[in-house]
Order: sequence, then structure tokens, then C-alpha cells
Amino acid sequence: MADVKLSGVHKYYGNVHAVRGVDLTVADGEFAVLVGPSGCGKSTLLRTIAGLEDPDGGAITIGGAVVNDLRPRERNIAMVFQNYALYPYLTVNENIAFGLRARKAPEIEIRKRVSEAADMLGIGNLLQRYPRQLSGGQRQRVAIGRAIVRKADLFLFDEPLSNLDAQLRDEMRTEIKRLHHEITTTMIYVTHDQVEAMTLADRIVLLRDGKIEQQGAPLELFEQPRTGFVAGFLGSPSINLVPATLKTSGGCAAVVFQSGGALTLPSARAKLLTGADGQEVLVGIRPQHFSRAGGGPLRDGVVSYSAVADLIQPTGTRTFTTIKIGGVDAVAELQAHDVSSHGERIDLAIDLNRVVLIDPASGLVIA
Amino acid sequence: MRVGKLPARKARILALRYLGAGVVTLLFLFPVYWLFMISFKTPDEIYHVPPLWIPGQIQFSNYYVLFKDGDVLAILNSLIVAGASSGIAIVLGTLCAYSLARFGTGGENLAMWIISQRMIPPIAVVFPIFLIYVYFGLVDGYFGLILIYTAFNLPYVIWMMRGYIVDVPLELEESALVDGLNRWEVIWKIVFPMVRAGLMATSVFTFVFAWNDFLFALVLTRTEVITFPVMLTHYFGGQSNFWGKIAAMSVLGTLPIFVAVSVMQRYLVRGISLGAVKG
Repeated sequence: MADVKLSGVHKYYGNVHAVRGVDLTVADGEFAVLVGPSGCGKSTLLRTIAGLEDPDGGAITIGGAVVNDLRPRERNIAMVFQNYALYPYLTVNENIAFGLRARKAPEIEIRKRVSEAADMLGIGNLLQRYPRQLSGGQRQRVAIGRAIVRKADLFLFDEPLSNLDAQLRDEMRTEIKRLHHEITTTMIYVTHDQVEAMTLADRIVLLRDGKIEQQGAPLELFEQPRTGFVAGFLGSPSINLVPATLKTSGGCAAVVFQSGGALTLPSARAKLLTGADGQEVLVGIRPQHFSRAGGGPLRDGVVSYSAVADLIQPTGTRTFTTIKIGGVDAVAELQAHDVSSHGERIDLAIDLNRVVLIDPASGLVIA
Repeated sequence: MRVGKLPARKARILALRYLGAGVVTLLFLFPVYWLFMISFKTPDEIYHVPPLWIPGQIQFSNYYVLFKDGDVLAILNSLIVAGASSGIAIVLGTLCAYSLARFGTGGENLAMWIISQRMIPPIAVVFPIFLIYVYFGLVDGYFGLILIYTAFNLPYVIWMMRGYIVDVPLELEESALVDGLNRWEVIWKIVFPMVRAGLMATSVFTFVFAWNDFLFALVLTRTEVITFPVMLTHYFGGQSNFWGKIAAMSVLGTLPIFVAVSVMQRYLVRGISLGAVKG
């Protein structure tokens, strides 16, 4: 068990500045997820922590010791790769035992730990098979097994589920979460899938262009994004961004859409916006902030909005409906039977307590 | 009706194919058959008109002479020279190939430059090499031949092995580095098993090159380290050719290659990525 600390870590590939001065602390036993779009530097950062890449600046500390000059095998870490990285000429048993044999652990200990790991992952009956005889999910279990037998200080996962189909991915995600509860080792997990990030992480570290855009608990990032990028990256379907102009006067504030129409903001929001009169903003409304208006009185900060349903995408439990708001297409997530046909006029309620206002010039959330 | 005719037509085509394959096989196997037959014939039978397809009785006198006169040592010389040079070329070449494939040693063009060395016509360099060998006293010794064959095989090994190594998923090596191996152990325990088929195939080709070489062996040896192809030329005389000895020596010279290829056959035909676990 160990904490991990990165201070001012840089990494270049030729002229490409892949990691730009990252400062990050992952506490002992924490499950941190590095997430971001392709090319944001998340895998590079993970590989730098593993020692597979040398940093071009900054310090990496694992368990209090600076490891910059240590080789991967000297860092006492275990890593799970995207393509499983199982040795095709070794059986499952030999694959799982590989790291222990490399470190010359006693045979009795190896047998005990392999058996424990196999039981934990439900692959005890596969030990004599070769990787080519396993399904994708089984291979990934073996890869995880190979990591956990090592009892390393730190587990690194490099997009371990991206080769699996959707159902298997859900299953393995649960498995990894359960695993972390059982073995409580510090874990750093890289993914581009925000659902994986939200569901697994104690803390999400959202990267963009080699820098940390924002980090925090999953719901904190989801509900209080600091930038439009964070707001747009997390959440499925994505947040709706509607261009508007702020109008403030006498403690009241409203967003006026460029195509006409306006929404009055709750007073708590309005207080934060004094002096912002006339500012262009993007109004970030999550699909979940829409609901079907029931006809009764609305809560404070919730406004009604009448719209025509365009595309309707039922998912079984929820129905995603495309509507027009402020002249742009927006997705509203409603209950399964809230809307039934294309062209249907529906009365919606929008929870303005939860919307975010983004300055389009700086990309920062202003309220 | 037409459907009924199809199998007959297919059967005819198949029969023609087998016939064609049979003819081609006979054509290719006939020289080998004839070589073996001559090696078992007496001089009278060799020159018999019309030719005898099968000798009156199998006799080994041609082989006996080779062993009695010590000519068979040429096979041993060839084995030593070809075995040692291809072994050294494989070890050194694979390490060089690993360096090119994984560390980008020499940039993008070094690999091409190395293989271009293999394209030099041996005849163009054999006399300068002979003069250098005379100067250093390397003529007519094992070391000289092993050195030249290693030098000529290295570019081929590097080129081939680089291709095989590039195909090994990098994650396998990285996983092993994290699991506790050092770079040498990674090469030995991960890369070698993964490229085993390619390694075997390349070994066979380097061995065959050294085994079959005539030019360097002729120029760089005299009496001490005569290899099998050079020994064969001794049986072609101004007055007459010793066909029995030529055939027997050729059979002995073919056997090691035959054995090597038979043993390595499953590696030769198997692709290296067979069994590799990818996405």
C-alpha cells in the first residue's frame, strides 16, 4: 500500500508536449481514475508512473520514495494492460504466477497466491488452459489475477475494459470495484469512458491537452464542473449548451436566448451574476434537468417550458427526446412514457438550480 | 441435369490437378532419385547404355571410399563452419534486430543500410577479403570461414528478426518489465519464445547459405578446412569424372540439410503470430 505523488511532471515526444506539468496526489488506498479524450496524456501519465516512460521533468513519488530513476520492476507496482498482455505460450496458471516466479517467490507461496486469486476472480477451472482458449472477459480476469497475486503497492490499469463488449464491460467494472473493496490497494485507472470513470472512481482526474482540467469526487465534477469542457465531457447524453445573453437588474437575472425566449434564473444564481449584464453565455442544461411538468406548482428555481418532441429514443427505463431550446437541438431525459410520438407538444420543467453558465470566451463556468 | 453433371466435371478437374501435381513432383524428385541411384552403382552400371533405373545390387563402395580416404571430413568441416557461423549470426543478429525494433537504434534508415550489405555480390569482395585474410593469417582455418559467413549472414538475420520482433506485442514486454524481469530476461523469456518459429526459419536459411557456399570456401581454404562443395570439385578430373564419389558425397552433403529442414518444418510453416493474444 502506498500513496502516489506527482509534482510538475512533464513528458515530451519530440515536439509534442504530451504531459504539461501535472501535479497530482493519490492517497493510500484511493481509487483514482484518469479520464479524458484521446491524446490528452492520460496513458502517458500512467506509463510514466509505471516507469515505462521516463519523465522529462518533475518528480514521481510512490510510498514516500522518489522513483524517477527506478526501473519498472523496482517500483513494486502491478499493471493491467488494454490487450491483456498474456503470454500465449504459458497456461493461465503460469501466466498468473509469472510475476511471482520472476521475483523468485517460494513455490508453496506461489501456489497459495495463485489459488487465492483464481478463487477471487472465479477462474479456478481455467488454470490449465492457454490464453487462446479463453474468452475476452476470461482473459481480462487472468490479467487482473496476474496483478493481484503480486500484492504490489500500487495497481495501474490502462484502459483494461475497452476491448470487451458492453455487457462484459459492465460485469468487469463491477468486478474491479468489488476487488478494490476487498484488497484496498491504491489504484490508478485510465479510461476514456466517462461511465467507467464515474462508477469506479473515488476521485476522477479529468485531463485535457496534457494538463489536469479538474479533479474531485465523481458527483462533484458532474454537478460542479469548473469549465465547459468538464461539463461537456461528463454525463451521458452530453450536457446541452445553449447560447444566450445574460440580463441582470435589481437582483434578478435571466438568460435571453438569441433566437428569442428567456428563462429567469433563481435568486441564488442571480446573486452571483451582478455586474454581468449583457454577457454572452452558454447555458449548460443536462438532459436530466428536464422533466415532464405535472401541472401542479413548480419548485423554486424550476420553470416551465413548452416544446415539440422531435426525435424520440426510448431506452426502456428512460426516453431521450430531442427538442428545440434557444434555437438549438437539446436532449431531454424523460421517464419512459412521458412522450410517445414525433411532433407531440410537451410541457417540460427545467431545473435552473442545477444548470451551469459558461463564459464562451474563457470556457470557465461563471455560475 | 446440369446439377448432376457438376460433380463429374469437378472430379475431372481434380484428377487433372492431381496428374499435374504428380508430373511436377516426379520432375523435381527425379534428380534426387538419380543421385541416390548413382551413389549405389558400380562404375559399369553408371556408364551402362541404356541407363539402369535400379542398380543390380545396392552396394556402398562409393561411400566406403569416401570414409577410407577421409574425404568425409569435408562434411564435418562444413558442419562446424555452417553451424558455428549461423549460431553466432543468429545470436548477434537477433540482439541487433531487437535494438533496431525496440530502441529505434540508428533511426529509420539503418535497417535498410544493413540489408543492403547483403546485396553485395560476393565475387566483388572475395579477393580483397582474401588479401586481408592472408595478411592476418586467417586463410585455411575454421575461424576465417566462420567469420566471413557470419558477416554475410548477419544482415539477413537482422532484417528477418527485426520483422518478427516488431510483430511481438509491446505490451507483453512491458508487462514483463513491470512484473519483475530486466531487459535481458525479457529478450530471453518473452521475445525468444514469441519469435521461435521465425528464429528457426532464419537459422535454417543462414545454415543453408554457409553450407552451400562455394566461392569463399574455394578462395579462402587450401588443404586444412576443405568444405563439402569444394571437396566435390576434386572429383571432376581432366581425364575423367568420378561419378560414384560425386554422387555419394552429394548424398552425404544433402542429408544434414534434409534433416535440418525436416526437424524445423513445423516452425518453417507456422506463422509467428500463431497463438498470440491480441484484442
